[in-house]
Amino acid sequence: MGLTAAFWIMAVVAVVAALGVVFLRNVFRAALALVLCFITVAGLYITLSADFLAAVQILVYVGAISVLIILAIMMTREVQQGSPSNRMKLPAFIVAAVLLGIMIYTVTKTSWQIAAESPLTPTTAPLATKLFSESGFILPVEIAAMLILAAILGAIVIAREK
Amino acid sequence: MATPDLLIRTLPMQAVPPDWPGGYWWHWLFFTVVLIAFVLTMVMAVIYVERRGLGRMQSRLGPNRTGPFGLLQPVADAVKVLLKENIVPDKADKLVHWLAPVIAFAPVLMIFAVVPFQNGALLADLNIGILYVVAISSVATVGVFMAGWGSSNKYSLLGAMRNVAAVVSYEMPLVLAVVGVVLVAGSLSMNQIVLAQDLPFILFQPLGFLIFFAAGCAEINRSPFDLMEADQELVAGFHTEYSGMKFAMFYLVEYAEAIAIAAIITTLFLGGWRGPLLPPWLWFIVKIFVVFFIMVWTRSTFPRVRIDQLMAFAWKFLFPLALINLFITAIQVLIWPDALPWILIIVNFAIMGILILLWSKLFKLGWGRLEV
Repeated sequence: MGLTAAFWIMAVVAVVAALGVVFLRNVFRAALALVLCFITVAGLYITLSADFLAAVQILVYVGAISVLIILAIMMTREVQQGSPSNRMKLPAFIVAAVLLGIMIYTVTKTSWQIAAESPLTPTTAPLATKLFSESGFILPVEIAAMLILAAILGAIVIAREK
Repeated sequence: MATPDLLIRTLPMQAVPPDWPGGYWWHWLFFTVVLIAFVLTMVMAVIYVERRGLGRMQSRLGPNRTGPFGLLQPVADAVKVLLKENIVPDKADKLVHWLAPVIAFAPVLMIFAVVPFQNGALLADLNIGILYVVAISSVATVGVFMAGWGSSNKYSLLGAMRNVAAVVSYEMPLVLAVVGVVLVAGSLSMNQIVLAQDLPFILFQPLGFLIFFAAGCAEINRSPFDLMEADQELVAGFHTEYSGMKFAMFYLVEYAEAIAIAAIITTLFLGGWRGPLLPPWLWFIVKIFVVFFIMVWTRSTFPRVRIDQLMAFAWKFLFPLALINLFITAIQVLIWPDALPWILIIVNFAIMGILILLWSKLFKLGWGRLEV
């Protein structure tokens, strides 16, 4: 009962906030709506007993990614007038519509399996074993780390003055 | 403070609360009320300590004249701020301007949910406790941003942007210092971390403590790192355009954050509520005051740093030291788990001294290429 109520409240807020990101003319407010969307998604993780994931979601998406987006908005000139329109409207709409169609098709056609076991708590230690043990995903984790390092080095090379 | 020990023991303490109605909600209500009262009272007390401490250290005459021992100074401050007119700039983004203090205040209050006042006496003993603190405290930045943007004032905006630069940079050494403690304690839960401290972790993690203290002070913008509200340069930084009750909220946030950092330092490094003779909650509060007094001390004696010094200090001094500290701690935990504590303590203090001396010699600002 409590969980269902929590799920519906957060689901509705998340969808409304996501719509706000798309439709608000004021870019700064759109970014704030994005923050709200991220927080409600973290709330959904909590209702799924994924507490570690929820904390990381807030830390990474609200604390880092949104902050970078807002910083970029602050550095943009004439952002007060809202986002300017251009001729890419129609192609953008088509791509978005196709993507939405594919996602709805996938969600409705997949037969979602529900585990009979109750979820693990706490999740931190099992996650760590899964990610870093020898039989786990240690190679992908290391590759991802290398990729990010390469991206940072690339950014430094591009940004460095000649 | 009477603690409903019975209540806590009957509750499965998880991130997912058991369905209502039941014991959980009474527990929740009790601790929410206690926490709000605690934070507000502590803010008054801490403002008193800061005003008197600053007054003594910097020869300011005011704060010891109001009432007996200057005890009425926080009251005078509060009344003065409450009576001011609430002014909103004409071109401000009204909604954002109005919401900003609330968004800044809520996360600070939420931090206290996982801080243990004595064994098991906390709102929620999350098994991700310290991670929750780090995550929630990063939300407060959004409030500062909203204040800076919503005021449509260049000084507010500049203050907010300096804040991001500082917060993003100092978050790394802060979190790495926390990871050192988590490695030694073997748990993320704040209560478990306190229970693991038969000797306070400041002895095992002296370098981690110093890094956390410096990065924490920078994170909450206390002097000498208070660049975002550097009066000579930015009027008052992100809250230039705030007055009346909304300014009071930001004032409250500033001190509540200081208390939060002091409480976290107490929990992580100073043994939390543990101590002889006195009741646990009293030990906890006494330790908070000691940490806060050191904050006042650093504030009143150090001059403010420049923005390039601020960034260089985070990236070239604290960050590498935090990495090395984490590395050494990991080696000690893996290879030397049964070592005598006194040997570890001496070794760690020696390492701290050598590293700090070495890095102060190596510390340079941008190879003479200062283009600020």
